[in-house]
Amino acid sequence: MTLQTARLAVATSNKRTTVSRLRGWVYAAPTALFVIVLFVLPLILVFRMSASQWPLLAGDQGINLPDNYVNAVDNRFFWDSVRFTLKYTVLATILLITLGLGLAMLVQESSRWKGFLRTSFLVPSALGLASASLLFYVLYSPLAGPFAPIMNHFGWTFLGTPNAALASTLFLIVWRYAGFYMLLMLVGLQAIPSEIYEAARMDGASRWHTFRSITIPLLKPTLALTTILCVTGSLLAFEQFYILTKGGPDNSTITVVELIYSVAFQGQNDLGVAAAISVMVLAALVVINVVQLRAFRGSGEN
Amino acid sequence: MRITRTRSTGRGLITGLVTAGLLVSLAACTSAKDDDTTSGGASAAVTAGTDGTDDGSTLTLWTRAPLEKQANLLVDAYNASHENQVELTVVPNDDYVAKVGAAAGSGGLPDLFAADIVYVPNWVKQGLFQDLTAQIDALNYKDTINKGHLAAGTQDGKEHVLPFVLDLSMLFWNKDLYKEAGLDPEKGPADLTEYVANAKAIQALNKPDTYGTATGLNCGGCLVFTWFPSVWADGDQVMNPEGTESLLASDTATSVYSAWKDMWDAGAVLPSSKDEAGPTWTAGFTEGKVGQMLYPATLLSSTTGFDVGVAGIPGPKGGASTFVGGDGIGVSKDSTKASQAWNFLSWMMSEDAQVEVLAKDNDVVSRSDLADNVYAQKDPRLVTINTVAGQGDTPVSLNFQQAFNAPNSPWLTLVRNAVLGDGSSVDPDNDEITAVLSQ
Repeated sequence: MTLQTARLAVATSNKRTTVSRLRGWVYAAPTALFVIVLFVLPLILVFRMSASQWPLLAGDQGINLPDNYVNAVDNRFFWDSVRFTLKYTVLATILLITLGLGLAMLVQESSRWKGFLRTSFLVPSALGLASASLLFYVLYSPLAGPFAPIMNHFGWTFLGTPNAALASTLFLIVWRYAGFYMLLMLVGLQAIPSEIYEAARMDGASRWHTFRSITIPLLKPTLALTTILCVTGSLLAFEQFYILTKGGPDNSTITVVELIYSVAFQGQNDLGVAAAISVMVLAALVVINVVQLRAFRGSGEN
Repeated sequence: MRITRTRSTGRGLITGLVTAGLLVSLAACTSAKDDDTTSGGASAAVTAGTDGTDDGSTLTLWTRAPLEKQANLLVDAYNASHENQVELTVVPNDDYVAKVGAAAGSGGLPDLFAADIVYVPNWVKQGLFQDLTAQIDALNYKDTINKGHLAAGTQDGKEHVLPFVLDLSMLFWNKDLYKEAGLDPEKGPADLTEYVANAKAIQALNKPDTYGTATGLNCGGCLVFTWFPSVWADGDQVMNPEGTESLLASDTATSVYSAWKDMWDAGAVLPSSKDEAGPTWTAGFTEGKVGQMLYPATLLSSTTGFDVGVAGIPGPKGGASTFVGGDGIGVSKDSTKASQAWNFLSWMMSEDAQVEVLAKDNDVVSRSDLADNVYAQKDPRLVTINTVAGQGDTPVSLNFQQAFNAPNSPWLTLVRNAVLGDGSSVDPDNDEITAVLSQ
C-alpha cells in the first residue's frame, strides 16, 4: 500500500515535470524557430556554399572543398581589401568613440541649449545609412552638388583621390553615427552617481583628474559596448562605400564586404568564393570580439 | 558594477552574433535550389505558332532602368492592343545581375526578361533562356533582324534572344558651341585627331562651365561603349573572335588612349569625368555644357534646347563605327507561358511596334528593312544612326562583365593608367584583361 502510494507520487511528479518541461519548450519555440530559420539555416547554407562550386546563375555544382578558399585568398583585391577595412575600422572607431564621448559630456551639462543640441546631434541617426549615403553622393558630386563651383575652382573633388574618398566617407559616417554613440555614452554617464563627483569636488580634484579617475573607469562597461559595436560595424562596412565610391578611385576603397558583393554579383558571379570570404570574415569577427571582451573584462577586474 | 559589466558583455556578444548573421544572410540571400536549375543550356524548345497565343494571360517582364522609356512605350502599346497583359518591372542598372541571378537560382524568373547584350552569351550558356529557334526561323524578315544581337543569343546554332532595344554609341556634337568656336556646325570630326582639335577649340572659348568633351573615366561600361568603336573604325579588333584574349594594347588602341590623354592634359575634358562612375556621365552634354561627346543614341530625344549633329564614331585614322549595345530579350527558363510570351516577342518585331512605337519615339529600329521609315525620313540624324548600326559591332565574351563592366575591372585600370597616369603600363594592364577573359 505504502509502496503503491509512493509509486503513484513518483509518477505524478514525473508527469508534472514532463508537462512543465514541455510548456517551457512551447514558450521558447517562437524564438527558437526564428533563430533556426533566420540564423542557423543560413549559416549552414553559407558553410555549404563555401565548400561547393556554386556559380550565381547555375546553382550548386557539388563539393570542391579547398578551392573556394584558395581562390578567395588569391583574389587580386583580397589583401588590399583586408588592409583597407582594418584602416577604416581603426579610424572610424577612434573618431566615433572620442566624438561620441565628447558630445555626450557637452550635452550632459545642463544648459539652455541642451534639448536643442541633443536633438540636432541625434537627428542624422534617424536616416537610413543608404539614404544618408545617397544624400552625400549628391553633396559630393562635382557635377550636380552644391559645392561643385568650389571644387571646380580648386580642381579638387571629395571622392577624387584615395585619401579624399576615405576622409569624405568617414565624415559621412561620423555625421550619421556620432549622435547614436553620444546617446549610448550619455546613458553610461548618467549611471555614474553624482555623489562621487561631489566627493571629488570636495577633495579638490581638477576637471581632468575627475575625468581620468572617475568618469573613464566607471564608464568602462559603456566604452566596451560602444567599441565592440563600432569595430564590428566598421569591419562590415558596405553601403557607404558601395554608394559613394564603388571601391574607387582606382580600387583604393574596397572593403571586405564589398569584395564579397562584387565576387558574388558583379562579374565573377561566384557564390562559392563569396561564401568562403564570408566564412573567413565570420571567423575573424568571432576572434576579434572574444579578444575585445577578454581585454575589457581583464582590465575591469584589476 | 559586476551586473552592469556582464550585461554589456552579453550585449556585445549578441551584437557580434547579429552582425555576423546579417553578413551571412547577405551572402546567402541568393540561395539557389540545385534541382531546378539547368546548367548546360539544355533548355526546352518553345512550341508555339508564328504569332503565339493571345488569350488574356498576364505576363511578367523585367528590364533595367536605362531602357525604362522604351520598355514602357512597348508595353503600353502591347497592352492596349492585345488580350494578354504585360506587367513591367524596372530594376536599377547596378542591381539587375544580382536580381536575375537570385531569381534564376530559385526558379523565379519572369516570363520575359531583357539582358544587356554583352551578358547575353553567358546567360544563354547558363540556360536562362528558352530555345526560340523554330519561331525565329519562321519569321519571314529574319534576315533583316540586327545580326549582332541575334549572334549574341545564339549557342550551338540555337537562337534564344531577339533585340529588345538597340542602343548605339554615336558621336554627338553641339552645333551652337561649334558655331561659337568657329567650327563648321554641319560637319563632325572625320578622325580622332580632328576630334581632339575641335575639343581644344571649344575649350579655348573659355566659357564658364563649358568643356570640349566628356566621358566616364570611372565607368567601365561607358568606356567600352564609346571607345571600342574607335578601334573598330580603323579595322582593328578589341578581342579575339572567341572572346578569350584582349587585343587592347594594339597600336590603334594605344592611339585612342593617347588622344584622350592629350585632351585630358589640355583640360578639354569635363573635370568630373575623372570620377564619373556612370549615373551622370551624359548630364554635361544634355545640359549643353559640353561641345562634343561619344554618346548613347537612345538619348537623342532628350537633347533639347540646342541643335545636335550626329555621326558614327571615328577612329584615329577616320572611318566610322558604333557599339551595337542595348538589350536582348528572350523567354525565361521558368516561364510556363512561353506561347503567350512569344506573342509579345513576335509583335515586338513587327512593323507596327518597330515603326509606330520605337521609330516614332526617335529610337533605333532592330530591323534593317525598316531603317528608312516615315519617322526617320523627317530627321536625317535618324537615318545616319540607322545606317551606322549596320557597320557596328557587338563584342561577344563569356567573362565580359568581370573584364570590362565591373567597378574593379582590369579594363578600368588600363584606361585610368593610360589617360590619367603616364600611359606606360598598357601592356601589363592588357595582360590582366586577358587573364580575366580566359578564365
